[in-house]
Amino acid sequence: MIIKTENNKAWWLVLPVFLLVAFSAVIPLMTVVNYSVQDIFDQNNAYFVGADWYREVLRDPRLHDSLLRQFIYSFSVLAIEIPLGIGVALMMPTKGRMGSLCLILLAIPLLIPWNVVGTIWQIFGRADIGLFGWALNALGIDYNYASNTGDAWATVLLMDVWHWTSLVALLCYSGLRAIPEAFYQAAEIDRASKWAVFRYIQLPRLKSVLVIGILLRFMDSFMIYTEPFVLTGGGPGNSTTFLSQTLTKMAIGQFDLGPAAAFSLIYFLIVLLVSWLFFTTITYMDKAK
Amino acid sequence: MNMTKRKAFGITLYILFLLVPIYWLVNMSFKTNEEILGSLSLWPSNVTFDNYMVIFTDPTWYSGYINSIIYVSMNVVITLLVALPAAYAFSRYRFVGDKHLFFWLLTNRMAPPAVFLLPFFQLYSSVGLFDTHIAVALAHCLFNVPLAVWILEGFMSGVPREIDETAYIDGYSFPRFFVRIFLPMIRSGIGVTAFFAFMFSWVELLLARTLTSVDAKPIAAIMTRTVGATGVDWGVLAAAGVLTILPGLLVIWFVRNHVAKGFALGRV
Repeated sequence: MIIKTENNKAWWLVLPVFLLVAFSAVIPLMTVVNYSVQDIFDQNNAYFVGADWYREVLRDPRLHDSLLRQFIYSFSVLAIEIPLGIGVALMMPTKGRMGSLCLILLAIPLLIPWNVVGTIWQIFGRADIGLFGWALNALGIDYNYASNTGDAWATVLLMDVWHWTSLVALLCYSGLRAIPEAFYQAAEIDRASKWAVFRYIQLPRLKSVLVIGILLRFMDSFMIYTEPFVLTGGGPGNSTTFLSQTLTKMAIGQFDLGPAAAFSLIYFLIVLLVSWLFFTTITYMDKAK
Repeated sequence: MNMTKRKAFGITLYILFLLVPIYWLVNMSFKTNEEILGSLSLWPSNVTFDNYMVIFTDPTWYSGYINSIIYVSMNVVITLLVALPAAYAFSRYRFVGDKHLFFWLLTNRMAPPAVFLLPFFQLYSSVGLFDTHIAVALAHCLFNVPLAVWILEGFMSGVPREIDETAYIDGYSFPRFFVRIFLPMIRSGIGVTAFFAFMFSWVELLLARTLTSVDAKPIAAIMTRTVGATGVDWGVLAAAGVLTILPGLLVIWFVRNHVAKGFALGRV
């Protein structure tokens, strides 16, 4: 650990970042706050309405539904991707050519534009032209993601697992590489079982990368928009319409600026709150030890 | 031995799961629309390059790729230029509000892009930057700069302070030390950061689409026009999709030796 010295001139080095992020974060955020407390008809006709929009939005059943869907979705994503990612990382070859080849292959889904990910699965899942949909139907399973709610959910989840498990796996892989060989040798001398090695050596050492992985996966899955939009368009009905999509419909589709802005802020606060709770619990548990 | 075999089997299975959908896209991009809709075949019976030719000969198609590459490169350059000094400050000094600043930067990574769509549109329109590459590049800095500072700070903390001090004693000025000695020492960190900045900027569509209309329209947005009145032009859609995967492959090839360390985000 580096000992840091007190020096307020360091602000000069941070200033460009501060200005840049302030320009693209603070000004838009203030605009949103401004909209959320006004009723705007046109440029010269805007009335202050206080917390009315917030009250309206909090009572809106469409929002309750999509918020519930969003939480179920994010938790399912975490419950599948985190264990699977750890498993994949443990199975990866540790060195040599096969190691780098695996790394590159695993990283491919992460580098595909999100709407193309949607397109890939849209094609892949279709019963007439897609291998996946065709194979399922040939096996006698009646599968159609465009009309059956369960199938739509399964496809969206499978797509997310396909797309993002690699991130968790690569994070864990780099965490595993940082464990000194001596730890494993000690375990061998003690005749520790495979499970004991995993539970008492590998898992504790993976904690810091897993915290990052869980946070990133939670935040990104909670904000998901493009992939389900391309794949299912939010349907059938509203069954795969997540929060971002509801919000975009409100702001751009119906041009309800006030409620959309109020909703945006609530949305932002939920993400912040959950991330903060998670982060504080982890640090607290660290201190308790 | 049995264990190693089982591991190899497992990882092969997983990689197959990753590659089959992509293979299907590539397969389709070499077929004619009649073949795609006609019967299901595991490989194209008559390999055709027509779908790719459509993209390479029509400027409204290939300009999309050029636009995307321009704003992504601009974003990577801007991100690195501002994040490098800031990361140095965070790794070497304590200053008023440093912890708060760091956390505030990270909260921007948590803001749903959908929240910023409309205000971004208005902000960039009002300063006359709408439909320019720089607008998208600046907008993407919102989530790339915090991440870059985070990763770089980790790499820089791994360089002992004594190096800085020795350089000052030898009479180096700060800028000269920073460029000539310090940056070369963390070049793998810079490569990894550039990779992440590239990745998140390349895959993002929502902001890029909102901030552009014609002149800087990204390829991902142009792809939607394969859906026409006569149905979807599946072949061209697949070919366009395949072409969006290639730049990513190229970039990961360059950083393949550092990427394992990079995914530790410099912190492990």
